[in-house]
Amino acid sequence: MSIKILKDNCKGCTLCVNACPFGAMRVENKLAIVDFNQCNLCGACKTVCKFDAIEIARPQVIEETKDLGEYKGVWVFAEQKKAVVQSVVYELLGKGRELADKLGVDLSCVLLGHDVLKCSDELIYRGADNIYLVDDENLANYLDEPFSHILIKLIEKYKPEIVLCGATSIGRSLISRVAVKLYTGLTADCTGLDIDAKKKILLQTRPAFGGNIMATIISPNFRPQMATVRHKVMKEARTDKTRKGKIIKEAFEAEEFSSRTKILDIAEEVSATVNLTEADIVVSGGRGLKEAKNFALLEELARVLGAAVGASRAAVDSGWMPYSHQVGQTGKTVCPKVYIACGISGQIQHLVGMQSSDIIIAINSDPQAPIFSVATYGIVADVFEAVPLLTKKFKEVLNR
Amino acid sequence: MNVIVCIKQVPDTTNVRINPETNTLVREGVESIINPFDMYAIEEGLRIKEKFGAKVTVLTMGPPQAEAALREAISLGADEAILLSDRAFAGSDTWATSYALSRAIEKIKDFDIILCGKQASDGDTAQVGPGIAAHLDLPQVTYVKKIEEIGDKIIKVERMTEEGFEILEGKLPILLTVVKEINEPRLPSLKGKMRAKQASIIKWTAADVSASGSLLGLNGSPTQVVKIFSPEKRKNGKIFDGDINEAADQIIKGLKGII
Repeated sequence: MSIKILKDNCKGCTLCVNACPFGAMRVENKLAIVDFNQCNLCGACKTVCKFDAIEIARPQVIEETKDLGEYKGVWVFAEQKKAVVQSVVYELLGKGRELADKLGVDLSCVLLGHDVLKCSDELIYRGADNIYLVDDENLANYLDEPFSHILIKLIEKYKPEIVLCGATSIGRSLISRVAVKLYTGLTADCTGLDIDAKKKILLQTRPAFGGNIMATIISPNFRPQMATVRHKVMKEARTDKTRKGKIIKEAFEAEEFSSRTKILDIAEEVSATVNLTEADIVVSGGRGLKEAKNFALLEELARVLGAAVGASRAAVDSGWMPYSHQVGQTGKTVCPKVYIACGISGQIQHLVGMQSSDIIIAINSDPQAPIFSVATYGIVADVFEAVPLLTKKFKEVLNR
Repeated sequence: MNVIVCIKQVPDTTNVRINPETNTLVREGVESIINPFDMYAIEEGLRIKEKFGAKVTVLTMGPPQAEAALREAISLGADEAILLSDRAFAGSDTWATSYALSRAIEKIKDFDIILCGKQASDGDTAQVGPGIAAHLDLPQVTYVKKIEEIGDKIIKVERMTEEGFEILEGKLPILLTVVKEINEPRLPSLKGKMRAKQASIIKWTAADVSASGSLLGLNGSPTQVVKIFSPEKRKNGKIFDGDINEAADQIIKGLKGII
């Protein structure tokens, strides 16, 4: 085991016990003891220890066959659907530009699809120096095998040091395959990315345990360093139409696109309301709404505000709203500018799905409801009074 | 037909409290449960069993106490349970975890479908399922919300997307990760619980699955956690508990320029 308590230094102060996110530390007879079955060797204890009493042996630098210095440049996977670039890509370009400038390297996009050349200009305007383009009818719709295979081929050929991708349903499926096959590190759902100025490596920060703990992760001995980033966490890159970039076209033989899965049909669920994860404003309802028909109150407020309608698990499990509207741990994670929680008590599973929203407005009749602990504004009141009132007032103010 | 369901034991966050002073999870009295998403994978495995007479094997990697999760899966109706446990696995990231699990699946050998939950509730990465598929060079479909048909060497599924869903056909053997919408997990029967008590759990170490030591645990993991810290606390909000008219006016004023 590579964690050790130095008995002579340990004072039994319990700082490490409180710091451990895995509940693996305890103090007995003024000495810290590690439960190896729980310990994840994360180092939280070592960071807080004031007496240098904890030693964690990091694995020695693995003798790599690949020369890490060969890897240069920052890449962004330019996810597109029907030749529409997903907005998370522009967010990645904003951050990617910053990282590339800190490293003094190029920022490039990988654009895979069919008839997607037209997406290139905007990617360049938003900060890309190069576009690696594979345009093939076999890439018309996303499929795990050909997309991962082609991306791997390109990474092996051009050797970027960093590859970023949106934490979307496509991104998460694609990039996990790619990282495993390349044998390199991948950090999911990052909310922060930076460069360690001295070591020139990527610092990847992400929430763990539903956002109660943040962890900073590195992959110092493997390349490329790969990360997925949550939507709406980073700012979109601005458009600069004077920017110029290079388009590098790559072609592959037909067999390189082979896939053991195929799409038979694509169904888009036409929703009267805005896409929940894309919305700038979300109006959500919970158990406090008591009945399915009362969601009409929220829909009216949402209509006035141009918002999407969300629901807590309790409301979905009661059959008041479809699952696709569920916000929280087993549903969707949203981070709109404004989140209005109506009659939602604020169980931790719900909070993890919305607590990174910029402004949270909570309406609940119970002043002790945990939702108020994350609220920017709270109204202790009956939702059936407060929601129509807000709707009426917003209507007046917004002239809608 | 043989189905393997990969599960993970996680802390039950239903009643997790946060220590307001340290802003960390209060772990005392927190029980371990099967990752909620894996419950749907188990249920789907059992439904395939009932329809096609498949054998369902549950597999987990974890400390010795993860045996409890396997026994729960047996109480629900799984036929066989394998615990992959070894000190050498400690500190594994998703690369090393999916490698170890893929070695165990290689040893099981006969399988048509591997089912995983879409992600674990503690790590939230959604990487281990596709990682296993990559190690084994299998096709995969993630976010499956419905299995429509299983035919001869072929499966038809619905995959949830941001905009709706896709219908895909895949060749067996295949790995699927499933979402909550796919089914309603059952509760264990009394008979199942009795069976779970007596069932013997197969226990494998790293050596048993011929996993290479240099690819396991901290050594084999490309990623390293360098820092763990508490997120910035939200500033205390403004709570109105009096006149709602005034509350509404104040809030609308506060949102000026935003809405």
